[in-house]
Amino acid sequence: ITEVCGAKRVGYFGPAQFYIALKLIAAAQSGFPVRIESIKNELPLPRFMALKNDTEVRYGTPAEFHGVKFQVPHATLEKNSYKRTDEGDKQEPKSPLMSPICSPPASPSTYQRIPLSYGYGKARSGLEQQHGAPYEVKHSTHQQDGPSSGNYGAKSALTCSTPSRSLSVEREQQDSSTQYSDDPWRITEEQRDYYINQFRSLQPDLSAFISGSVAKNFFTKSKLPIPELSHIWELSDVDCDGALTLPEFCAAFHLVVARKNGYQLPETLPETLLPEYLQAVCLKPTRDCALFDSYSEPLPSSQQTRDCSRTEKSSAEEVPDNSALLQDGKKDDKQAVKVSTTLKTIPKEFQHLTVKAAAQEPYALRARPRSRSYSSTSIEDAMKKGEEPPTPPPRPQKSHSRASSLDLNKIFQQNTQAVRSGWLPPPPPALPPRPSVSQTEQPSEVELHPQMNRTPLQAEENSSAKKEVVLAQPPSKPARRKLRTEAQGLETPELSPTINVTSSLPAVKPHLPVQKQSSKQKKAIQTAIRKNKEANAVLARLNSELQQQLKEVHKERIALETQLEQLRPVTVL
Amino acid sequence: ARQCDLLCPQNYPLYIRSVPTENELKFHYTVHTSLDVVDEKISAMGKALVDQRELYLGLLYPTEDYKVYGYVTNSKVKFVMVVDSSNTALRDNEIRSMFRKLHNSYTDIMCNPFYNPGDRIHSRAFDTMVNSMMMQVC
Repeated sequence: ITEVCGAKRVGYFGPAQFYIALKLIAAAQSGFPVRIESIKNELPLPRFMALKNDTEVRYGTPAEFHGVKFQVPHATLEKNSYKRTDEGDKQEPKSPLMSPICSPPASPSTYQRIPLSYGYGKARSGLEQQHGAPYEVKHSTHQQDGPSSGNYGAKSALTCSTPSRSLSVEREQQDSSTQYSDDPWRITEEQRDYYINQFRSLQPDLSAFISGSVAKNFFTKSKLPIPELSHIWELSDVDCDGALTLPEFCAAFHLVVARKNGYQLPETLPETLLPEYLQAVCLKPTRDCALFDSYSEPLPSSQQTRDCSRTEKSSAEEVPDNSALLQDGKKDDKQAVKVSTTLKTIPKEFQHLTVKAAAQEPYALRARPRSRSYSSTSIEDAMKKGEEPPTPPPRPQKSHSRASSLDLNKIFQQNTQAVRSGWLPPPPPALPPRPSVSQTEQPSEVELHPQMNRTPLQAEENSSAKKEVVLAQPPSKPARRKLRTEAQGLETPELSPTINVTSSLPAVKPHLPVQKQSSKQKKAIQTAIRKNKEANAVLARLNSELQQQLKEVHKERIALETQLEQLRPVTVL
Repeated sequence: ARQCDLLCPQNYPLYIRSVPTENELKFHYTVHTSLDVVDEKISAMGKALVDQRELYLGLLYPTEDYKVYGYVTNSKVKFVMVVDSSNTALRDNEIRSMFRKLHNSYTDIMCNPFYNPGDRIHSRAFDTMVNSMMMQVC
């Protein structure tokens, strides 16, 4: 395309060449051959993966760059250790266009392109084109036509011209990789891993903060001017506490990277860099890391962790390292102690990741075989000139069941250490386990109405007692019972149904032998997970119901207050 | 017409913003002269008790056209606000709340490790906050 439109000949893209090039791209995307005549056709606008900041600013006409049709072949990158030349080829049709698009200020040394390559395929190719230096092995070939077809053939069965092929290939990858878009403010997996490792180098505990001064020194090494760093800090320190949590740090780092590569800093923090977003999306690995880091000893049952490693997927974790660590020792009994000790360190934010765990499991396995060598000392050199490349961190451990540990976390944060001694599925939050549930339940349900609040708690106690004693118990049973009692407690103050329930409870209790010792730990934990999840759901419902009650009470109060105001004698000024 | 000033303990300005921007010099002058009053009030309250009320200095002095309000933080950073006298709708509570907002934003700025106390304030977030506040009143 470059050749055809004449840019190669004149050595630059003037408006004419540029327009022709765009037309040719549209032609190619529509399946027409890349020739001058094609531009005479009535073509739809070419579709590009637009870098929103730059393209919107720079291009009003002739082509509108719409959202995300192309996908940057990140998955390709990662899966193939950057050895594939087709990536370079794919970028080729875009790269001539990217050269005017990409912001100039990036300095022409190789290291700066590296972070970009992780993040922004287009930008990377554009920069390469600008600086003219082949980047790595993968970009060594720059032919557009013949050789690329061979490469593409391997990837897909298309026979169209390069751009359309790249389009469909990228579409494939788009299906497989849901996260990768052209959004420069979205953090990719590699970047995230890198940031996490940097965080770890500054602060070993991933759940704690990096203080302001430490962060300042760190970011000053990036040689950005202080006002810009100040602005970056302003953007990323969302809670304005003078310290950076992991998501804040990732956002800040990402902004630094972006700035260094020429992107203008946004006025407000982009949505994909918000801490909540980052935590939800990015922090599965870090949570594991946190768990791992706080564990100084090997983890409990390898099988379980292997399950977890399979389910939990995060793109960064490498399975070989996990298995190596897993084999270090399986001490089941220590699990309880470790879990409880570590849980304290995990901040509460990580808890809602349990909910997301289930959602994320489906695409967990997506990008598993990263044969990339993460070390990439070039990156570190790139980012901090002259700074020692951080030593590769200990491989984040796929700890034992993430969900259960986090559930425990939520619970333990409110409960006492008393529960620690026997690690059983913990009671739901806010209540220590009470052995004599049946007795307490009956009287409480007698005085239901004034104590409506307590009854749900009693119900929780029920469930907690259940959980405590039985691990192998089918989870539906206690949940059902709990739901029943709770429903009754909240809605009707009648005694008879509840008494039925309570009478059934003691009956069930003797059935529950002390199975905890006999059941396998893994099974127990999985059961615990299920139960905890159900407990979560039930408690959430409870919570919403209580909230509604609270609202009603508020309304009443307000009504009463207005009445009072009216009745009060008017004071004369 | 209003102006909002942030002054450091050494009494040089960290931040000045006026709406509208004409007559700015006059506002600067007013603020400068009001510093005397501020100092007077600060020295007057020699108690160790630091209270939100005492941070707020109230109407420093009313002149023919406008009123000047003052507020001082615990670190002796002074906020001065000059408001049109014609703006009678502006109640004391509103002024207090505005100072409170200013104070909060100022502390946010201080949290930024890249900010050295005594620098001029270039924070965009602070700017937007002040602008919105001033627009709200005018």
